[in-house]
Amino acid sequence: MNPKRKQRLMVLLGLATLAAIAVGLVLYSLSSNINLFFSPEQIVKGEAPLEQQIRAGGMVKEGSVQRDKESLDVSFVVTDYASDVEVRYSGILPDLFREGQGVVVVGKLENNKILRAGQVLAKHDENYMPPEVAEAMQGKMPTETLE
Amino acid sequence: MLSKIIPELGHFALILALLMALVQAVVPMAGTLTRRPLWMAFAKPLASGQFLFLAIAYLCLTTSFLLDDFSVAYVANNSNSMLPWYYKTTAVWGSHEGSVLLWSLMLGGWGFAVSQCSSQLPRDMVARVLSVMGMVCVGFLLFVLITSNPFERLLPNMPQDGADLNPLLQDFGLVIHPPMLYMGYVGFSVVFAFAIAGLIGGRLDAAWTRWARPWTNLAWAFLTVGIALGSWWAYYELGWGGWWFWDPVENASLLPWLAGTALIHSLAVTEKRGSFKSWTLLLAITTFSLSLLGTFLVRSGVLTSVHAFANDPARGTFILVLLGLTVGLSLLVFALRAPRVSHSIGFTWLSRDALLLVNNILLVIMTVTVLLGTVYPLLLDALGLGKISVGPPYFNALFVPLTGLLCVFMGLGPSSRWKQMSGRELFKRLLGAGIASVVIAAVAPLVYGGQWNLWVSLGLVMALWIVLSLGRDLFDKVRNASSLGIGLRRLSPAYWGMVVGHLGLAVTIVGVTMVSNYNIERNVRLAPGESVEVAGYTFAMQGLRERRGPNFIADTATIDVSRNGEHRFTMQPEKRLYLARGMPMTDVALRPGLLRDLYVALGEDLGDGSWALRIQFKPFVRWLWLGALLMAAGGMLAVVDKRYRRVKRRAQQPVTSDTSGFKEAQA
Repeated sequence: MNPKRKQRLMVLLGLATLAAIAVGLVLYSLSSNINLFFSPEQIVKGEAPLEQQIRAGGMVKEGSVQRDKESLDVSFVVTDYASDVEVRYSGILPDLFREGQGVVVVGKLENNKILRAGQVLAKHDENYMPPEVAEAMQGKMPTETLE
Repeated sequence: MLSKIIPELGHFALILALLMALVQAVVPMAGTLTRRPLWMAFAKPLASGQFLFLAIAYLCLTTSFLLDDFSVAYVANNSNSMLPWYYKTTAVWGSHEGSVLLWSLMLGGWGFAVSQCSSQLPRDMVARVLSVMGMVCVGFLLFVLITSNPFERLLPNMPQDGADLNPLLQDFGLVIHPPMLYMGYVGFSVVFAFAIAGLIGGRLDAAWTRWARPWTNLAWAFLTVGIALGSWWAYYELGWGGWWFWDPVENASLLPWLAGTALIHSLAVTEKRGSFKSWTLLLAITTFSLSLLGTFLVRSGVLTSVHAFANDPARGTFILVLLGLTVGLSLLVFALRAPRVSHSIGFTWLSRDALLLVNNILLVIMTVTVLLGTVYPLLLDALGLGKISVGPPYFNALFVPLTGLLCVFMGLGPSSRWKQMSGRELFKRLLGAGIASVVIAAVAPLVYGGQWNLWVSLGLVMALWIVLSLGRDLFDKVRNASSLGIGLRRLSPAYWGMVVGHLGLAVTIVGVTMVSNYNIERNVRLAPGESVEVAGYTFAMQGLRERRGPNFIADTATIDVSRNGEHRFTMQPEKRLYLARGMPMTDVALRPGLLRDLYVALGEDLGDGSWALRIQFKPFVRWLWLGALLMAAGGMLAVVDKRYRRVKRRAQQPVTSDTSGFKEAQA
């Protein structure tokens, strides 16, 4: 083998090793850091895992937002008009959070009725519906609020 | 009456631009194949004409905005008669249709710039480059005209007033963020065109890299500024104080940046040593393809984001086809022609060549990891395997260690020699810098924060290692000059560009390290008369009042900030309600500083007179964007290097024969 070929071989071997390590790390990190999306109906049925961080979404039920008198704790009900899940959150809700509108929350389930959220995401403008929420709502509420 | 037909004039200008782009794509290329100078000469005037008509179309849209012509659907959806005039001109790129029009205008602009600066390039090269850019432009103009025409009318039922520009976008940061970002994205089309032209012509010598390098640097600098502005905007406008969310849209802009960074370094090797040729070409193709992918991700509505304003599936499909065609065709050209241009030149494992190879490998791995994290959820969704999202921990777990590794080699690179050098020499040169950076970084957290912090030390080691090894290299370079001034002046702008660019990264790393580790955030409930202490500052809520802006009403809180009992300044965060859309918005109060920012955002009215407030202490956060600006300045500085202009003049000689380039590259 001439030196040039040898060098090329070394480069290829090095690249292959690095690529293998990278892919391994990527898959490992992916497996521990993906958040699955569940609709309230799936959560109530017990399809969502309890210990793991998940995403859930639906409409904020009218009249369900309750604020604590002393702190920044807040709770509200997310519904897909089939089932309801109570969300508990501590902190500041986004500007566009409103009753009767779509929302996505990220957090862990306490049981199949209550979700403790670390993050609440509302849509960015009034014409926009998070795609997951739109899909979760499909066929469940053919009323005028869904365009 | 003329003002009534402005949108039609704009539409017509757009069609003319498309026709010119079509001719520009076909005729000059055909001219190079059949060796007809007249056909090749079509390229330059067509590039100018295309730019002119695109500019006319763009001005027509801007005029429609300024005249409040709500019969134009795009204006009606994104403007309002109450909107201040300056936001009317920037609302042009406030949504999908106008953004792609701006994008096309810039593509035309880059093409025009290439045609104007190409007087020293061989004729066939110019013809090929402009032809490829014409092809890209045809794709985008078809996209505009078929799927996203900004001049569509709402006749005869035109609305009385417009729906207003999204309040999030009514802001100075957003006025300049998209144009900068697009300049970067689109700018990579130039090096892409050079790569394809070089492949077709079989010409990839040192002169080729000297033509391509300034354009690449310029595009990269624009992209850097664009990304930094986006991060800055998110920081103060979204009201959370975050500066990078690993949001798919942010990733979409980071991908071409990472690939572009690799490309800049690979071009350096190709110019100096004549090696890495195929690799450079592949990177040029990849970088532009990633720019297109970014456009697809952002514009197709597949992502949940502030940028996802287009939910028309036809658009997504169109860009996907465009992306597929670009990648497919350019890789085909690459596969057919690359073996002709490549030839390998040896180097040892300890040399600048090898270090830059490592740099490229690391940057490519970073690109791939970010790409995977961004596209994986979309793939799963498309295959119907469930809806997932990949969170920041994934990106941090991979990106941060890779950056650290990159920094180790970044310190070695500038001090190393091309082809080969002795390990002992490198060790001797950099030992001091290495020891100093470890010692300083180990002590710094004790001095700043009062207790030792491993992560801060690690971050600072990286930054200091880059800075100190650069300093050592600079010292070695001027040591033998008769005076410091002469020595410094003798260094080329390209070298200074490298120094400033690398310094910029170090500054950004310091910012990231400090703000990630010493950030203090408190969400509190405050009523007028109450106060709270955060990071040594006392924030006392004085009162609330209502204020009317041009197109909004706001609740403004007055907060007195004091330190050690001494009144320092007043901050006035606002909660605005934009009237046309009925959309609430947080307007953050910021007290910026080089060493720390104070950040106060009004949350919501809690009913009993008290408000939720988000108060943050953000040390060194400005360094993030300062570093990015330095990087961009470095890129720009390298562009002005004399050798790019000198070589162009020299390159004029082989113009006589159109085939000479091909033979040269084969030799």
